[in-house]
Amino acid sequence: MRELGRRMEEASSGVSGHQDNQNVSTTAGDTDPGTPADPGVPGTPADPGVPGTPADPGVPGAPAEPGVPGTPADPGVPGTPGISGGNPGPILVLRHAAKAFGAVQALLDGSIELYPGEAHALVGENGAGKSTLVKILAGVYQPDAGTLLVDGKEVALRGPAMAQAAGIAVIYQEPTLFPDLTVAENIFIGRQPLRSGRRIDSRAMRAEAAAIFARLGVPLDPARIARGLSIADQQLVEIGKALSLEARIIVMDEPTAALSAAEVDRLFDVVRALRSAGAAVLFITHRLEEVFAICQRATVMRDGAHVFTRPLADLTADDLVRAMVGRELAAWQGQAHSAPGEPVLRLEHLTREGVFVDISLTVRAGEIVALAGLVGSGRSEVARAVFGIDRYDAGTVTVLGRPLRRASPTAAMAAGVGFVPEDRRQQGLVMDMSVQQNVALASIHRLRRAGLIRAAAEHRLAADWAVRLKIKYGRLTDPVAMLSGGNQQKVVLAKWLARQPTLLIVDEPTRGIDVGTKGEVHQLLSQLAGDGVAILMISSELPEVLRISDRILVMREGRLAAQYCRAEASEEEIMAAATGQRQAQAL
Amino acid sequence: MTATVLRREPPETPADSGSTKLTERVFRIRESGIIVVLALFVAVTAGIQHRFVSVSNIQFVLVNTAIFALLALGETLVVVSRNVDLSVGSVLGISAYLSASLFGGHHGFPVPVVFGAGLGIGLGWGIVNGLLVAAGRVPSLVVTLATLYIIRGIDILIVGGSMVTANSLPTGFLGIPKETVLGVPDIALAVAVVVAAGAYYLRSFRSGRELYAIGSNPEAARLAGIPIGKRVLFAFAVSGAIAGVAGVLWAAQYGTVDSTAGSGYELTVVTAVVVGGVAIFGGSGSAVGAALGALLLATINSALYVLGISDFWDQAIAGFLLILAITMDRVISVKLTAALRLRSTRRAA
Repeated sequence: MRELGRRMEEASSGVSGHQDNQNVSTTAGDTDPGTPADPGVPGTPADPGVPGTPADPGVPGAPAEPGVPGTPADPGVPGTPGISGGNPGPILVLRHAAKAFGAVQALLDGSIELYPGEAHALVGENGAGKSTLVKILAGVYQPDAGTLLVDGKEVALRGPAMAQAAGIAVIYQEPTLFPDLTVAENIFIGRQPLRSGRRIDSRAMRAEAAAIFARLGVPLDPARIARGLSIADQQLVEIGKALSLEARIIVMDEPTAALSAAEVDRLFDVVRALRSAGAAVLFITHRLEEVFAICQRATVMRDGAHVFTRPLADLTADDLVRAMVGRELAAWQGQAHSAPGEPVLRLEHLTREGVFVDISLTVRAGEIVALAGLVGSGRSEVARAVFGIDRYDAGTVTVLGRPLRRASPTAAMAAGVGFVPEDRRQQGLVMDMSVQQNVALASIHRLRRAGLIRAAAEHRLAADWAVRLKIKYGRLTDPVAMLSGGNQQKVVLAKWLARQPTLLIVDEPTRGIDVGTKGEVHQLLSQLAGDGVAILMISSELPEVLRISDRILVMREGRLAAQYCRAEASEEEIMAAATGQRQAQAL
Repeated sequence: MTATVLRREPPETPADSGSTKLTERVFRIRESGIIVVLALFVAVTAGIQHRFVSVSNIQFVLVNTAIFALLALGETLVVVSRNVDLSVGSVLGISAYLSASLFGGHHGFPVPVVFGAGLGIGLGWGIVNGLLVAAGRVPSLVVTLATLYIIRGIDILIVGGSMVTANSLPTGFLGIPKETVLGVPDIALAVAVVVAAGAYYLRSFRSGRELYAIGSNPEAARLAGIPIGKRVLFAFAVSGAIAGVAGVLWAAQYGTVDSTAGSGYELTVVTAVVVGGVAIFGGSGSAVGAALGALLLATINSALYVLGISDFWDQAIAGFLLILAITMDRVISVKLTAALRLRSTRRAA
C-alpha cells in the first residue's frame, strides 16, 4: 500500500506540464451562421494577453448578432428554435462576479451569458466555482463584486424570492421538496391560487399543476404527497414549479447525476421543450456526452474563473476537458490486471424478497468486478446486504472461504471488507467531523491507547493518507464538509484503505466528482486491484465501467441479467441487458 | 411560455385517483384511530361506572379538555414548523396569577379586560420565544426550556407564598366555566370554534401552509423564499397568546391561583399534540387531531378518577399512548412511503 501513493504521484507528475490557455476564446462564429458569435465573452483574467478577444463586454445588450443560437448539436428539436425576433440579446448576463467565504475565494470571476431558446452548458471541475455561480443566480449568495443583468437591466438578487421574481428558477441536483406536502403544493407554495377571502383554492391549484404536467408530458399526480417520489420525478416537480413561475431562465445543477438512462432521456425531452418555448437553460453536468447531446454553447470555468464560452459545434470533449483541468489528462486507459487470484467474495443465491433474487457471483483477489444496471435494479441493495447493513432472506455470503455473519457491518469489517457507499454525505462521512477524524474513523481500534484515541496518531494516519491520495484540504482539523466533492470521496476511500481491506465495495465511486479526480480514483482502484485487493464496483457510468473493470455483471429488476468480460462488453450491450432488450444469458 | 410540446399520453387518471385515495385514507385513519381509542375508553368506563357518562361528568371533561385543546392548538402551530414550545405551562401560570389579581379583591373590574391582559402577557412571552428562535437562531427546545424556568421563576418571585383565592374573584368570572348552551359548556363551544378556525387557517391559508413547509424541509423553505423567521415568530406569538388566554380560563375554572399553576402542562400539551397525530419533527398533522388528542387525555384522566384508580396510572397511560401514537405514525409513514414508491416505479415502468 505504501507503494500505491508513490506510484500515483509519479503517474500524475509524468503528465506533460501545464498547458493553460490552449483554448483561448477566439470568436468562433464563422463556422456556424446560426450561432451568435459570442457577443460578450468577457476578457477573463484566466487568459490574459489573448489577441482578438472581444474586449467590450461592458455594453449591455451588446450589438449581438441577432437571433437565437441555432441548434447544431441537436437537430431533433420540434418547433421553432427560440422565440422569434424582438429580443435578440441575452436574457441574462453575469459579469465578473466574485464571492469569498472568509479566506476562501470561491468565485473570482464568474461570467455567463444566456440567450432565450438556448441550452448552455457550464462545465468545470469541482471547486471551479460553478455551484457558487449557481447560488448567486438563485439569490442564495450575494456576490461581493460583479454585475447581473436580466433583460438588460441591472438587478441585485437579495434572496431566493427575488431570483424567482426575476424569472430565474434553479433545479438542484438533490431537489428540495417538502416531503409532507402534495406535489401541487410543492409547485405553488407561497403562490397558491386564491379564492375569496385570501383562501387557497386547492382545486384550481391541482388543476393548474395537472396542466403543467400535461404540458411536460409526464404522468405525475398533483394530489399525492411528495414523499417517495424518485429523484427524477422530484426534479420534474421542480421543473413544473419553474414553469408555473413562468421562469425564463432555468438553471439545472447536475440534474442527471442520480438518474437512470431512461430518466435522463425524459429530462432531455423536457429541456428541449423548455428551449423551444423560449427559455434559457443553464445546464451543469460532469458528463460531457450530455453537454454535446443537449447544449449549444458551453462555458468552462476553472479555479473560480471563466475560461471561455464557445459554441459546442466548434469543440470536442477533449477541448472541454483540457480547458477544465488546464492540462492534458494522461490518456490513461486502465490496464488489464494480472491474473486474478483466490476468490475473495462469493455470493450464492443471495435473495432479499422484493429487492433482489438469486444473486450468485464471485470476486477474486486482484479483480475489479462491476455491477452495472439501471438505478433501482437492486445493485446497491446487494452491496448493502453483503456489508451487513441490510438483511437478506436466503443465500450465503462467504469472504475468503468463511461464511460472513449476516446483518453485521462489524463482522464484515472484521473479515476485511470495506464499503464506500453511494451517498457520501449521508452515509460515507460524518460531515461535521474533521478530515482526520473521518479518515481515522474505521481505524480507531488501532489508534487507541488505554481506550483513549490518540489525536496525534489520528493526525499522522490522516496526513499519511492525504498525501498518498493527494487530498486537497486546508487543515486536517477542518470539518470534512469544507472539502470539495472529489476530495470528500478521497477521504471516504482513505478511511477504508487505512484498514487495508481484502475486499472493497465501492458504490458509484465517482458520482458528482470532477474529471481530474475521477481519473485519479480510477487509477487508485486499478492499482488497488494490482496490489491484490478484490473490488466490487457499482457504477451507472458505463465509460467508467468499461474503463476499469475486468468483468461486468449487469443487473435488471433485482436479477443478474448478463455477464461480460471487459473485452466483449460495449456500452450498447450493457444497456441492452440492463433495460431488458436482450434476454438474460446463461451465466 | 406557451404549450409547445406534448409528447406523451396525458397523466393516467386511474393511478392518480388511486394514490389520492391512499393518502387520504391514511390521514382519515390517523384521526379516526384516536376516536376509536376514545370510544373504547368511554364504553368500558361507562360499563363499569355509569356516573362517567352523566351530564355533569361529561361537562366536567369538556371543560377540562377546553384548556388543553386550546393550548394544543397553539402548540400545533409551533410543532408543525419543526419547533416546540415548552414554556406554555409557565406562561399559563403567570398569566393566571397576574390577570386574576387584576380584580384585586373588588369584583367590579371588567372581565374582558382581564382576558385582554392575559392575552397580552402571553403574547409578550410568545414574541420573546419567537424572536430568540427566529432571529437568535437558537433551537426552540433550548429557548423554551429556558423561558419555562425563567417565567416560572418570575412567577414565584411575584407570587411568593401568597395566592389568589376564589373569594377575591367575582362570581361572574368564576361562573364562566359553568355556563352552558343546551348542556354544552360555553367554554368548550368557544374552544371548538377557535380550534376549527385554527385548523382552517392551517389548511387553507398560504401562511398556514408555509408553516407545514418549514417543518417539512426548512432548507427547501429557505430556497423557496418563504419568510421563515416571520412565520416561526408568528407561531410562537400565537402559542404564547393562547397560553395567556388559557391562563385566564384556568383562573376562572380553579379559582385558586398560586405559583405552581400550570406546572408540567407543557408536557401534557406536547403529548396531546403528538397523540393527536402531529409529527413531532414537523410537516404534518392537524389542529383537529391535536384537539382530539387533548380530549382523549382528559377523558382518560377523568375515567381513571371515576374508576378510583391511582393518578399514577394516568401518567403511565399517557406515556403508553405516546409510544403507541409514535409507533403508529412510524409504521404508517414507512408503509405509505413504500406504497407511494411502488406506485412511482410501477408507473415509470
